[in-house]
Amino acid sequence: MAELTYLQAISDGLRTEMRRDKRVFVIGEDVGVYGGAFKVTLGFQEEFGHWRVMDAPLAETAIVGACTGAAIMGMRPVAEMQFADFISCAWDQLVTVAAKQRYRAGTPVPITVRLPSGGGFSGGPFHSQNPESSFAHIPGLKCVCPATPEDAKGLLISAIEDPNPVLYFEHKHLYRRIKGEVPEERYTVPLGKARTHREGDDVSVITWGAMVYTAEEAAQQLESDGVSVEIIDLRTVLPWDKQAVLESVRKTSKALVLHEDTRTGGFGAEIAATIAEEAFEELDGPVKRIAAPDAPVPFSPPLEKAFIPQVDDVAAGLRELAEY
Amino acid sequence: MAIAREAEPVGSLKEVREAGLDREDLLGVYHTMLLTRGIEERGHILYRQGKIPGSFYTGRGNEAASVGVATAMGPDDVGTPLHRDMGVHVVRGVEPWRIFAQYMGRADGPTKGRDGNVHMADSKLGLIAMVSHLPAMLPVAVGCALAFRIREEKRVAVGWFGEGASARGDCHEAMTLAGVRKLPMVFVCDNNQWAYSTPTHLEFATEHVADRAEAYGFEGVVVDGTDVLAVYREAKRAIEKARAGGGPTLIESLTLRMEGHAVHDDAFYVPKEMFERWAENDPIERFRSWLRENADMSGEEEEEIAAGVKKALNDALKRAEESPLPDPSTLTEGVYATPEDLDTPHHK
Repeated sequence: MAELTYLQAISDGLRTEMRRDKRVFVIGEDVGVYGGAFKVTLGFQEEFGHWRVMDAPLAETAIVGACTGAAIMGMRPVAEMQFADFISCAWDQLVTVAAKQRYRAGTPVPITVRLPSGGGFSGGPFHSQNPESSFAHIPGLKCVCPATPEDAKGLLISAIEDPNPVLYFEHKHLYRRIKGEVPEERYTVPLGKARTHREGDDVSVITWGAMVYTAEEAAQQLESDGVSVEIIDLRTVLPWDKQAVLESVRKTSKALVLHEDTRTGGFGAEIAATIAEEAFEELDGPVKRIAAPDAPVPFSPPLEKAFIPQVDDVAAGLRELAEY
Repeated sequence: MAIAREAEPVGSLKEVREAGLDREDLLGVYHTMLLTRGIEERGHILYRQGKIPGSFYTGRGNEAASVGVATAMGPDDVGTPLHRDMGVHVVRGVEPWRIFAQYMGRADGPTKGRDGNVHMADSKLGLIAMVSHLPAMLPVAVGCALAFRIREEKRVAVGWFGEGASARGDCHEAMTLAGVRKLPMVFVCDNNQWAYSTPTHLEFATEHVADRAEAYGFEGVVVDGTDVLAVYREAKRAIEKARAGGGPTLIESLTLRMEGHAVHDDAFYVPKEMFERWAENDPIERFRSWLRENADMSGEEEEEIAAGVKKALNDALKRAEESPLPDPSTLTEGVYATPEDLDTPHHK
């Protein structure tokens, strides 16, 4: 075991698969000589050559479309969007072509698209978004949102190995801030299996990505008030581990769904609806959602801070639920 | 002012032989063109009989273009044909009964009733099924070429698009990527002069779509799309150039869409004289005359081919009508691929 940052764990997972499997190649803007905007592929071109670590023109449609074609021809492409926000330019290739090809034509499309997502750095409206719920609505895609370095490596390897198009949302705010023990060998973390980040008895928080840490700080605050909080880290939102969520909610009888994406139509709505449908009798209070307000991600620090759910917001929500 | 090269027509049998086709091949090409048109004509009848749900598209007038290009492809080459390119499926060997089954939404169509009309392909034949969003398959075809380049295989990808689709960004991005990486790729523009009801001068401002090729760093060529041999020769040149590492080519094949966008459309907006003028250049009639004059195709041979096509269509239709409709309980099957799905020739 070595202690790695979340970013190093992503690099490690990618390097592990590229060393093991010659079919894996990386394509994206500035991923070669520059090593990627966030340096995830730093040194990769020296090791794997410029045909397996390809600097692409500024053309997201061509990048994702080419991955689809190469995957159908037996490769295991990994595309990097410089920022998750730019995936909008490749929507058609993902949603129209890749997601539907297996269902209608029997052709599997094993591609992975890495998406540096999330806010917290004054990135503004186009470098801060969390677009996972848009894609979680598309049958045929999978959406992965790791929170820990160990999961970042294991989920990336699973994504590359998976025979479907997988969107891998890597939260930029975790890149260098979060460190953890990561096994040196190759391992996989299954897609669709949640992780209990913290065990508790009184309220369940269901979340993923960077919000796992926000929830953790809030849970620590509530500990001194005698409220025991359980945190379920979904790890993947499509497929999502309904069973783990319902089990936790049945234990605590109270649920708070937390995400950094905006509220209306966010993936939390799906989780809240499912809890209401399938665990209504076991609830002791309303299912609460904490999410960003329905606005673009603002640039200026006080505005952005008001946009992204903060520890105090989550703690207040938990207290409100605890009182039921 | 045109920038693209204008292809020469093919004259004699000698020239054709030089391009790689012998007399038997030529009769085969004629058979395939007839079969292509026959499939679509029968499909149109089925549609009128109410046996085909949804809409129905044909490639009437484009048979030489689709068959010509596909005939020039090697067995390991791959392609992404569109809705005017039925001939590509036929050349690559799809069984006609499966096409009728596809049209009728039956369980034995290539998409098992999950998709309709020409939205199909058999990946074992090296084809990838199109989507309605044109030309979204061009970046996919470029990705196939990229895989061949990475693995240093001597294979070529062919991507089809229409002159209408040439307006979209995917087309530009695909050509940009193929150009900068000199990928083994051939772009084929079926310029049938009408994007639904919109004429070419409202789709692009250059004389030819192929004029753009120079801007992407490769050659553009315009060919008469009603001349199957000229199309074949240009496609062969482009494919072999790509195979040899010479990079992409953009072939623009000029035809007229001889029917509406789909069969519900009577194409009232196309001037009558335009239809009349292009009807004189019907690709099948043109090739039939050429074979009679240059390859001594006898009346007997011609009849034999026509009878073979008729029988193939009758048999195919019968078999397709016996195919069951899909079972609604299978609706959600196959949304996601399983690891076993990767057990294909491409994923070895």
